[in-house]
Amino acid sequence: MLKILKYSFYDLSRSLWSYVYFFFYLLLGVVLLFLNNDLSNAVITLMNVIIILVPLIGTIFGVMYFYNSREFTELLLAQPVRRSSIFLGQYLGVAISLSASLILGLGLPFILYGIFQSGAIWDFASLLVSGVFLTFIFTALAFNIALSNENKIKGFGLAILLWLFLAVVYDGLFLLSLVYFQDYPLDKFSLVASMLNPIDLSRILILLKLDISALLGYTGAVFKQFFGTGLGAFTSIAVLILWVILPVWRIKYISAKKDF
Amino acid sequence: MLRSFFLFLFLAFASVTSRAQEIEVCKTCEVKTIQAAVDMAEDGDILRIKSGTYKEHDISIIDKSLTIIGEDFPVIDAEMKGTALSIRAENFSIEGLKIINVGRSHTNDFAGILVSNSKNFEVKNNRLDQVFFGILLERASEGIVSGNIITSDAKSQSTSGNGVHIWKSEKITVKNNEVIGLRDGIYLEFVNNSEIIDNLCKDNLRYGLHFMFSDHDLYKGNIFENNGAGVAVMYSKFIDMQDNQFRKNWGSASYGLLLKEINDSELKNNIFEDNTIAISADNTNRINYIENDFRNNGYAIRIRGAVYDNNFKRNNFLYNSFDVAYTGRLNNNKFSNNYWSGYSGYDLDKDGVGDVPFRPVTLFSYLVNKTPEAIVLLRSTFIDLLDFSEKVSPIFTPADLMDDQPQMKRISW
Repeated sequence: MLKILKYSFYDLSRSLWSYVYFFFYLLLGVVLLFLNNDLSNAVITLMNVIIILVPLIGTIFGVMYFYNSREFTELLLAQPVRRSSIFLGQYLGVAISLSASLILGLGLPFILYGIFQSGAIWDFASLLVSGVFLTFIFTALAFNIALSNENKIKGFGLAILLWLFLAVVYDGLFLLSLVYFQDYPLDKFSLVASMLNPIDLSRILILLKLDISALLGYTGAVFKQFFGTGLGAFTSIAVLILWVILPVWRIKYISAKKDF
Repeated sequence: MLRSFFLFLFLAFASVTSRAQEIEVCKTCEVKTIQAAVDMAEDGDILRIKSGTYKEHDISIIDKSLTIIGEDFPVIDAEMKGTALSIRAENFSIEGLKIINVGRSHTNDFAGILVSNSKNFEVKNNRLDQVFFGILLERASEGIVSGNIITSDAKSQSTSGNGVHIWKSEKITVKNNEVIGLRDGIYLEFVNNSEIIDNLCKDNLRYGLHFMFSDHDLYKGNIFENNGAGVAVMYSKFIDMQDNQFRKNWGSASYGLLLKEINDSELKNNIFEDNTIAISADNTNRINYIENDFRNNGYAIRIRGAVYDNNFKRNNFLYNSFDVAYTGRLNNNKFSNNYWSGYSGYDLDKDGVGDVPFRPVTLFSYLVNKTPEAIVLLRSTFIDLLDFSEKVSPIFTPADLMDDQPQMKRISW
């Protein structure tokens, strides 16, 4: 598996798209810091970008890579290599190279700007951690979709739909149910509902780290109380890990049974 | 020649008329305690207290016009036993004392300096530390409280007092004081025609300034920073608020300025920065908000119910999460000629006024008002989309709540 991981990683690190992605983040980081001149403001703006773009790029890139390397995959399948290691290796290769682009692209300008001397270092760290988690989650979901759909167009469509659902539609439904059931106590519900969606969860984790948490009022206090405790931190990390493990497990399961 | 003659005359006259005696108090003097000096003294005397520590409490001055001057801040240590200094007199002044360890009580309002039923006095340049109440004025008039530094370490609201507490008084000037770490920085109740100028209220447990049932007052040039809940002005009218700074009042139940049942007042040239809610207005009528700066607040202005004829003019709204949150009808409140950092309109005729009106209430702030739990969706993509579509064609937010002359450039005042 490591060999295939290494191969995918090198393959991707030679690919133009990885560089485009890397330079995009580099540019974003530099521009934000020079325009804002304020680290915590820059972190807030970055959060907006990360919770939209990272999942989108993870999904698209995952699907694209899977379909593009299909012939090579078939070639590999003919070799005496375990199926799970082929697919997991490819998945890890994509996810790790995307994460590396993200971390390096954003990390470099912030380090040059002096993040280590600043109090915003933990905000920034939580931003990167959630970015990496989102990359791993959405790449895994993309591989799932690609594995289950031979038709490229259908696969792409589904991937975009999935992203659209989790990034936008889910919040809409969430809001609707909040407004509809406003006569009931909704703290627990909103806590659970925001835990279930990885994008919402990372958004709230970052928001609570930032100063804005006071703005969240009573509900925010409930959230802060929960996420502030060891149990809350453990649960949210556990949920994020679960979001990675379940799709990865499904990749393994499907790839073992699939007829190529 | 003529001048020195007059001077001579004046001095001669003064020495004849004034019987003013100076009493020195120190550990090695004839008079060793302040209370003894007070008992000895007569109207118009000067008490000069040399530096040292005086373990005295409940020193009381009744009906004597004294001038008490501390040299190098002599310490009056009340040993947690009660009020340090209590005065009921006219024409007196207290200066340069350091008062520490005032007693705490649930039934008595022990204070560093208690002034009651007094008139025409001055309490200045004193330092109070570890006090329950700092300077407490009741039924006083025409007094000046200035240059005092009051500190304490209030831990809970029930076991702490206020820095400068004024009750049922008139024509009081509170100027240049620093109040740090008490319950309320400055508290006024039934205080009319008074001025609160250039004070600093910081790190207080409850309010920086608390204003109740007080009319015709001015507060100007004060800084309120990092207090539990900012400044509260309640049940008062004709209040003039100018040049104050409200900063860093962050917390889930915190605001810069709470206005409740205030009528006929004016806010001008104030700066609100980094507050959860900069101004929360509830039941306020005929208030003018002119040339204020709102920077980086959670909510710049939150209007609750029963607010009529409020006028927002030439203010700068800069990078607040919500500029205006609004409940109820428009009720003749007006927004005009403000600068909004969120304004994205254009100015074709280049007259400095945007050609498209700006609607400061976003759909999200409207939703959050109705369903507070919806705030967890803050900064999510869906909300941004929603706000955008509502901006294009308002359906839920009050359509006539708008600034039809938004400024293109930040207003400098």
